Amino acid sequence: MSTVAAERAAKKAAKPATMAQALGRALRDSLAEDPTVHVLGEDVGVLGGVFRVTDGLTKEFGEDRCTDTPLAEAGILGTAVGMAMYGLRPVVEMQFDAFAYPAFEQLISHVARMRNRTQGAMPLPITVRVPYGGGIGGVEHHSDSSEAYYMATPGLHVVTPATVADAYGLLRASIASDDPVVFLEPKRLYWSKADWNPDAPQAVEPIGRAVVRRTGRSATLLTYGPSVPVCMEAAEAAVAEGWDLEVVDLRSLVPFDDETVAASVRRTGRAVVVHESNGFGGPGGEIAARVTERCFHHLEAPVLRVAGFDIPYPPPMLERHHLPGVDRILDAVARLQWEAGS
Amino acid sequence: MTVMEQRGVYRPTPPPAWQLRTDPAPLLPDAEPYRVLGTEAAGKADEELLGRLYAQLVRGRRYNTQATALTKQGRLAVYPSSTGQEACEVAAALVLQDRDWLFPSYRDTLAAVARGLDPVQALTLLRGDWHTGYDPREHRIAPLCTPLATQLPHAVGLAHAARLKGDDVVALAMVGDGGTSEGDFHEALNFAAVWRAPVVFLVQNNGFAISVPLDKQTAAPSLAHKAVGYGMPGRLVDGNDAAAVHEVLSEAVSRAREGGGPTLVEAVTYRMEAHTNADDATRYRGDAEVEAWRDHDPILLLERELTERGLLDEDRTRAVRYDAEAMAADLRERMNRDPDLDPMDLFGHVYAEQTSQLREQAAQLRAELEASAEEGAEGAGGADGEESGR
Ligand SMILES: Cc1ncc(C[n+]2csc(CCOP(=O)(O)OP(=O)(O)O)c2C)c(N)n1
Repeated sequence: MSTVAAERAAKKAAKPATMAQALGRALRDSLAEDPTVHVLGEDVGVLGGVFRVTDGLTKEFGEDRCTDTPLAEAGILGTAVGMAMYGLRPVVEMQFDAFAYPAFEQLISHVARMRNRTQGAMPLPITVRVPYGGGIGGVEHHSDSSEAYYMATPGLHVVTPATVADAYGLLRASIASDDPVVFLEPKRLYWSKADWNPDAPQAVEPIGRAVVRRTGRSATLLTYGPSVPVCMEAAEAAVAEGWDLEVVDLRSLVPFDDETVAASVRRTGRAVVVHESNGFGGPGGEIAARVTERCFHHLEAPVLRVAGFDIPYPPPMLERHHLPGVDRILDAVARLQWEAGS
Repeated sequence: MTVMEQRGVYRPTPPPAWQLRTDPAPLLPDAEPYRVLGTEAAGKADEELLGRLYAQLVRGRRYNTQATALTKQGRLAVYPSSTGQEACEVAAALVLQDRDWLFPSYRDTLAAVARGLDPVQALTLLRGDWHTGYDPREHRIAPLCTPLATQLPHAVGLAHAARLKGDDVVALAMVGDGGTSEGDFHEALNFAAVWRAPVVFLVQNNGFAISVPLDKQTAAPSLAHKAVGYGMPGRLVDGNDAAAVHEVLSEAVSRAREGGGPTLVEAVTYRMEAHTNADDATRYRGDAEVEAWRDHDPILLLERELTERGLLDEDRTRAVRYDAEAMAADLRERMNRDPDLDPMDLFGHVYAEQTSQLREQAAQLRAELEASAEEGAEGAGGADGEESGR
């Protein structure tokens, strides 16, 4: 079959799938392909995880491959370290963003450092899946954007998908990676749908590459995970205002794709970083600094940030005031010194 | 049957039918630390083993004094001595098969050395050279662990993985009395028991966590009693009685190997030196206490036994001492040479592949090093005048 014909056939077989299903499929395919892959977590067995991402895995692969562990996040990650030391490839599920915190010591003191500590003798191919972010009406401790904590730790990769296809491709790549990956799953996109053929999955892309989701000439929105669809919506709305916005989906916060980001901002001359995470000490500060260092002479305006407020995550009835929305993004775009520039 | 299915399933039943899940009685430790030396049990002890333990204890003590001396000379950044605890260190090493894994803490370089690791490699962390000076997989010795008790879940995971793969491997993990208060101690023991992982937890109760005595650490009857709460046996042993520690650990290792699951062993011992060279033990304990423990020194106890049974003549003693001195001399000699460190290694092992950011930073450091090397070369030429001018 020619590539074109194959692509057409794959498109035909595509039907609406959710991100949760694509993630589950990625786990399934990884388990099937590599006998050293093991899934561990709370309620990942019979229940299929609280978001049903691991649905059916225990049934298909048995309890030894997809295991309900005791309820202890440090224990889950700590035992995963030992399993990886013995040559397995554990995929750990943390039930929610805020419930990954008990595992921080293991993550920061061991997972991130073991390769370095042993001068490459003992890498830890562990994937830590963390459902993150708000917008789902979750009560306290169920909506944190914890990416800045992970980004600040050398030795970890930090990856987050925004589309159904990427959910599959990036999770496969993360599990295949010989380095530890914190895989952040945007909770509110779990049920987002796209036409996606699970039997002809998109190419597994190496992690560390951003993609341009929408090309534009006026300014670049730099974003990731749950904020990607919001930025896409903002870009559509901006057309009416006469702005043609480019949207870059970072996909991987570590490694950071300076090249794609800088190329886009050099083209447009203006940039806004958008994320849910708190602004102060958040990823946006690092990203804005990197852009400024690399694109200073191309910039028509300071790099702006649209982020969550610097507050503990609000209760669900107020979260809409906290989360960056289309209006806030457009307000920021409006402040990009259009009158002074070209 | 899968490893997980071997555990069975528990479901609660309403009160009249409710019953204990396991009988706690066999899990309980003895009321007193188990002893062999100087008791009737010693008669059954293997003479060859006692001899081996003795040679290793003497060697271990010499290793400790040498490492302490090297620290005083500035050759080690820090040394947490296991002087007084050699029986535990040595027994932990000797009970393991080659394929088994040892999970030591910062205090347990001696266990690694007694297992056959080159002392210089064992000491790289404490020397400030590189964090781990050996390939853990080659020696089946995990990196020395500093964050307390965090190595325990690693041991459980590794033992569990080995069992999943059908390999006959046991993991022995070492931790101090203070470390038993950490959450990871609890989580590791719980996981090990639930998974019936082939692990042995050896707690060296040496009386102190730096300055804090055990009664500020726990209200449990003994640390070994904690085992019962996890559904595993707890054993209490005299940690200065090398034969007893060896026997108890051997039993626990066999039990683990045969699928019987984990054991918690508390070895009662005493830290004869300060916590590290940087610590001042006189602030929290008196000489009388330390002196009392000198009469219960692990080498003394074993020597007494061997001498009484006529197993230790002068020739043997001399040979053992000679071997220990040779090890110390070699260690001293090699540690007095400066290690050869390459600063570019800083960037070599953060990830499998260097990120573009790390490549940039490595280039920066390389340029700095080259510049300072050039300066050094120039400086060397005109050093006389410049140096004296200052
Ligand atoms: C998580 C953690 N907290 C604190 C320390 C600092 N620290 C190092 S050793 C030590 C005492 C540990 O005592 P114990 O577990 O009894 O072992 P010992 O040093 O007596 O062998 C402390 C508090 C540490 N290494 N890790």
